[in-house]
Amino acid sequence: MKIRNTKSTLFKGLIVFLAFLITIPLIIVLLYIIKQGVMQVNWHFLTHVPAPVGEPGGGIANALVGSIIMVGIAAVIAIPVGILSGIYLSENPSTKLAYYSGLCVDILQGVPSIVIGIVVYLWVVKPAGTFSAIAGSVALAIMMLPIVIRSTEQTLRLLPPSLKEAALSLGVPYHRVIIKVIVPCGFSGILSGIMLSVARIIGETAPLLFTALGNSFLSYSLKKPMESLPHLIYTYATSPYDDWHNLAWGASFILLMFVLILNITTKLITRKWNIQL
Amino acid sequence: MEHTVVSSSKFNAWFGDNHVVKDVSIAIEKNQVIAVMGPSGCGKTTFLRCINRMHELIPGATAKGSLKLYDDEVYQMNAIYVRYKIGMVFQRPNPFPNLSIYDNVIAGYKLNGLKMPKADFDNIVEKSLTSAALWKEVKDSLHKKGTFLSGGQQQRLCIARAIAMEPEVILFDEPTSALDPISTSSVEQLFHELKENYTLIIVTHNMQQAARVSDKTAFFYMGELVEFDDTKQMFTAPSDVRTQNYITGRFS
Repeated sequence: MKIRNTKSTLFKGLIVFLAFLITIPLIIVLLYIIKQGVMQVNWHFLTHVPAPVGEPGGGIANALVGSIIMVGIAAVIAIPVGILSGIYLSENPSTKLAYYSGLCVDILQGVPSIVIGIVVYLWVVKPAGTFSAIAGSVALAIMMLPIVIRSTEQTLRLLPPSLKEAALSLGVPYHRVIIKVIVPCGFSGILSGIMLSVARIIGETAPLLFTALGNSFLSYSLKKPMESLPHLIYTYATSPYDDWHNLAWGASFILLMFVLILNITTKLITRKWNIQL
Repeated sequence: MEHTVVSSSKFNAWFGDNHVVKDVSIAIEKNQVIAVMGPSGCGKTTFLRCINRMHELIPGATAKGSLKLYDDEVYQMNAIYVRYKIGMVFQRPNPFPNLSIYDNVIAGYKLNGLKMPKADFDNIVEKSLTSAALWKEVKDSLHKKGTFLSGGQQQRLCIARAIAMEPEVILFDEPTSALDPISTSSVEQLFHELKENYTLIIVTHNMQQAARVSDKTAFFYMGELVEFDDTKQMFTAPSDVRTQNYITGRFS
């Protein structure tokens, strides 16, 4: 009996220890980036473009603006398509189209991001003859799609069928049942899927390498190359200059904050807006 | 019979190859409470769901034969219009969790995008909730979510939601099977009041309930309508031996 109790205690201790252990990598990364990055960040850092080597100052305005624009456009492309396909998959799970389309979504989710970058390079960059922000957005949208589709589908599948019956029995046409009942009831789940997908793509470097390329200057043109936070970190961290390393640390800090805030907001949304069924 | 609201003749329904409703012919009169009973799987719920065209929403479900609302063939009418005219209350209370009590009552209007002055909506809400014997309990919390109510109150809210559309007929699919005895008796009480204005068709597993609330009872067995008669007659002197066996509990 005693041995059994000891084993039990040991097992419990082990899982508690491991649960604690997995928080350590994040804390270390967080602390290190804050330590290195927080000193760089000030108003000047956020509103100026990088300075040439040797000159003091300089910031990440071009990358910040670029990331926001490209992620924004990617979201505008991926969210409607993703939600609508997610609705189809959850509404018609047993059709052939749903089966193959679901399979494609799963595979798409597993495609390495650099491959998506290359494909978009062939589709958009080559025909247009130039790297461009819009190509970057397309690549990011493709990355975003599977996450939005799957989270929409899974959220809507959890809704009880009685909800749909209630609406249909009142003589509500199908499209209004979806728009007015099903989607609002699954809203928090769909929104958190969107937030997580944004958090995911905002840090993607690989699909932007061949598409948006990068740009040391502030650019708002969608037809021209555009800088982004992860790409700026990549170029400046691999350079031999200390000033540029500091810039990369600062950019890492900002990027990390973005992701943290998005994740925390997602948690809050699911808690606050979750509809009691 | 000019008072006939719902009637069927040789009506059949299937799930795929499974013939669940067989040659049912019935005539239901206005302002009556009809109880539909029978053992599980006898087709009573399927028949009920055919009346407002909810049956066809299940993949593979088909129906054939004549089923009329007054003089119109239900299966030739627009399904959406049929469901306007024939309301339904389900086994489990299913208020819309994203809507307030107020909006739940007028959900039939709101979700269909029908606009009305607010005073009219206020009127409908008060009238429907009063008819559903819920007004007194919820009049101070109309803008709370409907899901905060107890199970019995939620079911009465669903009844109010059906009444608000002023249908000709209200279908009840085992409306009290998920409720406690006190809520059950308050819903049963309601049936008596509702038949003043509506025709009620109630599927129930509970024979005592059928005996308590209905004017007429239909007994379904293996997809057939075995007997349809005055409730009193049915429970005291059934004409078919299968009805008698069911009522006396020889099979269930």
